Amino acid sequence: MYTPHTPQEIEEMLRVIGVNTIEDLFLKVPERHRFPELDLPEPLTEMEASAELQEIASANASTDDFVSFLGAGAYNHYIPAAVDMLLRRGEFYTAYTPYQPEVSQGTLQATFEYQSLMAELTGMDISNASHYDGATAAAEAANLAYHFFRGKSKKVLVSRAVNPQYRETIRTYMQGLDDVLVEGDDAETGFDPDMQSFIDKIDNNTAIVIVQYPDFFGRTIDYTNLVEFSHQKGALVAFVFNPTALGLLKPPGEFDVDIAVGDGQPLGIPLSYGGPYLGIFTTKQKYVRKLAGRLVGETEDEEGQRAYVLTLTAREQHIRREKSTSNICTNQGLMALAATVYLSLLGKSGFKQVANLCYQKAHYAAEQIADLPGYELAFPETPFFHEFVIKTPKPADEIIHHLQEHWILAGYDLSQTYSEMKNHILVAVTEKISKFEIDEFVEALKEVNHD
Amino acid sequence: MTEKTIYELSQPGRQGVRFPESDVPEQALPDAFLRTEINLPELSELDVVRHFTNLSKLNYSIDGGFYPLGSCTMKYNPKINEEVARLPGLAHTHPLQPSVTVQGNLYLMHTLQEYLQEISGFYRVSLSPAAGAQGELVGALIIKKFHQINENYKRVKILIPDSAHGTNPATSSMSGFNVVPLPSDERGNVDIEALKTECDETLAGLMLTNPNTLGLFDENVEEVIRLVHEAGGLVYGDGANLNALLGILRPGDVGFDIMHFNLHKTFSTPHGGGGPGSGPVGVAEHLAEYLPSPIVTIIDEGDDETPPLFDFYEPTLSIGRMKSFYGHFGVHIRAYTYIAMHGIKGLRDIAEKAVLNANYLMTKVKQDYKLPYDRTCMHEFVVEGAWEDIPEVHALDISKRLMDYGFHPPTNYFPLIVHEALMIEPTETENKDTLDSFASALKAIAKEAREKPELLHGAPFTTPIRRCDEVKAARDLVLCCWIPE
Repeated sequence: MYTPHTPQEIEEMLRVIGVNTIEDLFLKVPERHRFPELDLPEPLTEMEASAELQEIASANASTDDFVSFLGAGAYNHYIPAAVDMLLRRGEFYTAYTPYQPEVSQGTLQATFEYQSLMAELTGMDISNASHYDGATAAAEAANLAYHFFRGKSKKVLVSRAVNPQYRETIRTYMQGLDDVLVEGDDAETGFDPDMQSFIDKIDNNTAIVIVQYPDFFGRTIDYTNLVEFSHQKGALVAFVFNPTALGLLKPPGEFDVDIAVGDGQPLGIPLSYGGPYLGIFTTKQKYVRKLAGRLVGETEDEEGQRAYVLTLTAREQHIRREKSTSNICTNQGLMALAATVYLSLLGKSGFKQVANLCYQKAHYAAEQIADLPGYELAFPETPFFHEFVIKTPKPADEIIHHLQEHWILAGYDLSQTYSEMKNHILVAVTEKISKFEIDEFVEALKEVNHD
Repeated sequence: MTEKTIYELSQPGRQGVRFPESDVPEQALPDAFLRTEINLPELSELDVVRHFTNLSKLNYSIDGGFYPLGSCTMKYNPKINEEVARLPGLAHTHPLQPSVTVQGNLYLMHTLQEYLQEISGFYRVSLSPAAGAQGELVGALIIKKFHQINENYKRVKILIPDSAHGTNPATSSMSGFNVVPLPSDERGNVDIEALKTECDETLAGLMLTNPNTLGLFDENVEEVIRLVHEAGGLVYGDGANLNALLGILRPGDVGFDIMHFNLHKTFSTPHGGGGPGSGPVGVAEHLAEYLPSPIVTIIDEGDDETPPLFDFYEPTLSIGRMKSFYGHFGVHIRAYTYIAMHGIKGLRDIAEKAVLNANYLMTKVKQDYKLPYDRTCMHEFVVEGAWEDIPEVHALDISKRLMDYGFHPPTNYFPLIVHEALMIEPTETENKDTLDSFASALKAIAKEAREKPELLHGAPFTTPIRRCDEVKAARDLVLCCWIPE
């Protein structure tokens, strides 16, 4: 219990209010429904709760128990100890949205630094203070484009090589707007690296073209033509990026995209079974007034000291109400702080090193697997970053199940979301995986083929 | 008192955390699109730790003091929640692991769904929405899809009381509805006569916050719901103020069709300086199949020997997926722990003490501040932060002056229907001494407003920075440590 009231205090407070009992404060609540009997277990003490949660946790096997090659939108990177120690400061995590700048400079400046780091990482002009995750940031990109064209361009084109969960989320967000079409990700259009059949769909009615970089299969596709053609047709272009990859690869800004969104989970945020993560949203300066979400700007206080405030709030729901482009208010403040601390700790060289380690180890693993009899890379000609697709000699679920018994999570069974990809596994390799573990993985794959 | 930015602290060549050298044979880098430059700051680990520690000291927080920010339920965030959410067996699970390897997670989520159902009186709960506003979007999309499935294409109107949070109208227009504001009556309830004139064949639904943002329990709630239902509409409950109703009233019992929970308000999960929140949604039985996917279910009941087996389920008429994976699991762990530690008596105690604290504080504060709706409040109340005889003093001045007395200000200028609103929510975790000090500070400020108004206009004087030039921020629009070319 976290209520501090003593019986004497309760009595005194009721006297001041002028009622006899606490129940008297609830007389307006319909009597027949008042004070329901709830069917809940007996309350636990802190000690018991701690034990119960340990027991629940022990019913799982985690990525500490397995060697994990699972990615597909969530990545097992090393998180320096200082990240969580700083996040645990009550001054950060028990504060709320910095409405009062005089007593919120910590959150405001950290958010300003986050915006700066995201703009640098992506090569874009500006970043907002965050969205819920990469998928909702992608949906908000479509939303921005719809409002930018005042609803006159109706088509949202999404590549089939964009994370399937992102595509689902974009559809959920767009369904309220009756006349919007979300397309381009059907099996017929496919996902050839030349993107030609997808590019053919871009027309004058297209509000935005959304592709992933590296794509869901880990491939680094050259989108130069796609961006140019989209702009010729008057459409905006959004990249869904992986932040770790941008330690090695040309940033989205250099492709002249209008919006770059991604999930910031790889930047110091634990896997935590899928959330909370971090939606990164960056764009060009010219879209700043169409941007959803919070923005922190630099200014001065009365004494001329540098200070930070929430700015352009007139775009947001609490001012514009039904005229605002999005309803977002609470976002992922603490996760944005994690990413800010993570990038500050790694710095220029550490971040590049992590990206390079991912690249090196993934390529070693891919090479070894491709050499195994019965296995091959699904896209041997296309460059990739730290994730790649293998074609397997047996159904993917069989292989995944077998390796699970060897305490290896082999990767993501692509047939779950791509009916045309039977016997395909999406494999991710991060800096946490050693050569020894890759060799064991390869050995286990070899063995399962012989069984 | 200001702190340099991480870019200003950066020194070329410094490095915080080091990583091992590669242990695999050197692989060739790609020929195309290699990055040439990435300008990240360069700092030692101590530089970083000190920088963010210094920044944290510039923040006001619940751990540091009283934070009566109305409508935000800034209650104490128990430390045990932080500890269990970080248990490696939970925090280090990958969302795409086979479900048999994460039965602990699925058990926890399933039990939390059941707890929330029991507490709210709803038939089924989805944990996936990421925040309250996303929960509202779920609600609006369910209303939309429900009418589409029933081929009621004319139902395009959503009614929203004028006291509602801005997210309600924003959500409705995101979902393609026409928003019609409903006035409040002189007691702060939904105006029944106005409601009746809007109950026609174009009505899709009503979004209702109860207790409303004035902190008042809507005395007509059952009639409001009946009228909307009779007109063929659905009633969405904004659960932002559920803290006042725990163990007191189950919204499902009075006929709400849909409601979101704010785990970061009602169930003590931290606000994180602006998130992450978590906004599960509960629905009545007739809407169960519309919930966003996925939902945790039992696929095999098990027996004495074997525990039940949990997995995900996709509702048949689902509005779809709201985000990646399954919601903010880390937040679910905290809320689960909080509910498990309270049980039925503890939950009712939360609401009772929240309402006791609010009424006690209201009784004291109304001696000096005008209370526009003078009746028993629930978990919060709204006073006017202005006096007719001193027109130059505003709610904002009072708020800023409160900082000099060591308190976080209440919510300002909301709800919109109260002139110069100060919205005060003490929560149940504050003791009487704190409430007394806060009331005394407000009393002293009311006196200063008459005798030394310059103290209010100049305030705050004791904070790390003074009042900020917000016009300059919006005009210059400096959003990064450098200005884009």
